[in-house]
Amino acid sequence: MLPAAGSDGVPRRARGALEAAIMDVLWRAQGPLSPGEVRDLLGTCADAEARALSYSTVVTILTRLHGKKMLARTRVGRSFQYAPLADAAGLEARRLSALLDGSADRAAVLSRFVADLSDSDEELLRRLLGPTSSVDDARR
Amino acid sequence: MAVPLVLCLTLLFPLIAQLLARPIAARVDPRWATWLLTGVAVALAATSGAALTLVALAAVIKVPLIAQLGRWSPAIIDRGDPTSTVVAIIAGILLGTALTAVVRFAVRRGQALVEAFRHARGLPGRGQLVVTRDATADAYTVPGRPGRIVVSAGMLDTLDDAGRAALLAHERAHLVGRHYAFTSVARLAAAANPLLRPVADAVEYTVERWADERAAQAVGDRRLVAETIARAAIAAKHHDARRAPAAALGAVFAWIGAPRFVPKHSRRPAVRAAGPVPRRVAALLAPPLGRRWILQAAVAVIAIIAGLCALDAAHDLHELLESASYVPHH
Repeated sequence: MLPAAGSDGVPRRARGALEAAIMDVLWRAQGPLSPGEVRDLLGTCADAEARALSYSTVVTILTRLHGKKMLARTRVGRSFQYAPLADAAGLEARRLSALLDGSADRAAVLSRFVADLSDSDEELLRRLLGPTSSVDDARR
Repeated sequence: MAVPLVLCLTLLFPLIAQLLARPIAARVDPRWATWLLTGVAVALAATSGAALTLVALAAVIKVPLIAQLGRWSPAIIDRGDPTSTVVAIIAGILLGTALTAVVRFAVRRGQALVEAFRHARGLPGRGQLVVTRDATADAYTVPGRPGRIVVSAGMLDTLDDAGRAALLAHERAHLVGRHYAFTSVARLAAAANPLLRPVADAVEYTVERWADERAAQAVGDRRLVAETIARAAIAAKHHDARRAPAAALGAVFAWIGAPRFVPKHSRRPAVRAAGPVPRRVAALLAPPLGRRWILQAAVAVIAIIAGLCALDAAHDLHELLESASYVPHH
């Protein structure tokens, strides 16, 4: 049996580390990179698992990072190029998040202001605070 | 060591603590609850470990070679200690598993903390607060010397000045109180005895409540802190609501359809089953919690009884060894 894998076939535990490795490559790059260039640059990195990534897995991870708003994507010809989407502060913070995501200890080490909210939790919050509250402005 | 006593120390007492953890987290002043639950978790992890160690030791000294080395009479030890070999082997295996889990957890958490400390230093600027240009609503503390508070521009946009003050007061309370130490120690105890996991969960909740109450003191308004938490949580959830208009509409309809008035008796069970955010908000909307001495005493007594049992068992083993050594040797 394979370890628990996400929908993309990448083991969930390894994801954080692989994302961190790819972000690392993009931060060090001078400009936007194509998935192929990312794949080539990963070949020089220390993490054996990252070195072994296939082209399609690199594309999957880049797409996911773009979905998380960590990367900007520009269309060049028939494919995309990716660049990190953060300033220096955001960069370091994102890097830390990505690193700690891999270890399950992240939630405990970094104390988040608010935990994830389920739909029923959200409804409950509105009920608790009552119709006069202005929490809905937060939804903009 | 008698088997029922071993079962009490390894199973029964942690189970009782598990049952008391949630009411304590919900009803006792969070600072007291954090100290108490962390202390009880450590005490019960230690006593369950001690029980397993004593059982395994009692078996080890029956091994002829070891008995000879210690100059103990195997016959007297056998008569004084009724534990069967099977029980001793099970205890030994459980002890080994627990020790491995503790070491593994300690290494992993230690690495995560070292990483966090390094990044607290690496974050740009000298100030405690680091604002990222990130549009999603996010805020967290990074433990370190000194620790840092990271808040995204998206989160700052979501809140007004009073809300920002509440958020920063909450995050500062985490750093000042070294809350990561409580949660890490409680998790370490839960690694040693998995029955203590709900106690460690409760500690993770009470440190948030502790920081909430500190924030309420700092801004002088409990409802403001409650609304800030709710607003931040909803913003974090819906940061890309614009991209999913259907989901956003669904939520709006749910809101309109929700009853405006909820009788108290039907509201409470819902909150009890809810996630941490609504529970924190509900606690802030209710009056501040007291010390609840009886509830606190109940769980403290369990830890004290466990400690005394373990001490007594250790003493018994010691006495047994003493009496066994008095046998004259040829």
